[in-house]
Amino acid sequence: MLKATVYVTIKQNVLDPQGSAVQGALHSMGFAEVGSVRIGKYLELQLDTADQGEAEARVKAMCEKLLANTVIEDYRYELQAV
Amino acid sequence: MHFAVIVFPGSNCDIDCYKAVQDVGESVDYVWHTETDLSKYDAIIVPGGFSYGDYLRCGAIARFAPVMNEVVKAAEAGKPIIGICNGFQILLEAGLLPGAMRRNESLKFRCHSTKLRVENNATPFTSEYAAGEEINIPIAHGEGNYYCDDETLARLKANNQIVFRYAGENPNGSVDDIAGICNEAGNVLGMMPHPERAMNQLLGSEDGVRMFKSILNTWRERHGAAVNN
Repeated sequence: MLKATVYVTIKQNVLDPQGSAVQGALHSMGFAEVGSVRIGKYLELQLDTADQGEAEARVKAMCEKLLANTVIEDYRYELQAV
Repeated sequence: MHFAVIVFPGSNCDIDCYKAVQDVGESVDYVWHTETDLSKYDAIIVPGGFSYGDYLRCGAIARFAPVMNEVVKAAEAGKPIIGICNGFQILLEAGLLPGAMRRNESLKFRCHSTKLRVENNATPFTSEYAAGEEINIPIAHGEGNYYCDDETLARLKANNQIVFRYAGENPNGSVDDIAGICNEAGNVLGMMPHPERAMNQLLGSEDGVRMFKSILNTWRERHGAAVNN
């Protein structure tokens, strides 16, 4: 078994309204050192395979097709044996 | 003329769309998202709502429903297809229209009437409006902040694919005040505002009526005036 951890974030050049709102809140609370805030998604996928190479190709396909909208989002993932 | 209103788990504007078609005197069916044949329909409405709970992203899961393969085929065959609100989000996710939807800039769910400017009245959906006309159509969305990159925006402008812009305040932060766009062929329209909720002055506006009449009249012109249904 492998576990894939997928992170999906709004692209740097696309406005992230949620991130901007949280940044504003942090500033108003006195955390003035906060630059930009980006909010994204964190997904854990249990994969019924031990083949690292195959899993990588499959997870990439999942990200491209469904998990991320590549028009506005970037993604990255990590694989680990469990 | 036969209309299909696609119903996903979570669609909630399907009944309004169904009644809007009835209001202009045409036949209409609800079509469940598992259907695999839309060949008997002349026009398809992808209604608003919260398909699959908007999980992951608005429209991302609905886009893979079996019926969407048929919607793509119908689009390629040149049939008129309208995606309204969540329907617009689904058409974007499906790649039938360019761009993507983000959370409203204000982070607020906005639900009120809006002024739209008809930028292109040469589509099957807008022929009954005057070019540049301002109409009153309500919005109801939390993620209607349309985004596309500069290159795509230039292409939308060059091909006259921007069908509606917000005429007053931009309620969601969308690029270039875009409220609705069509594909290059002009037969697929996505818009955030709800024309099916503007069918009667009692509800504040009847400016949506002409959208459904436009579809009907365009279809009649193409299929000969002798055809009644």
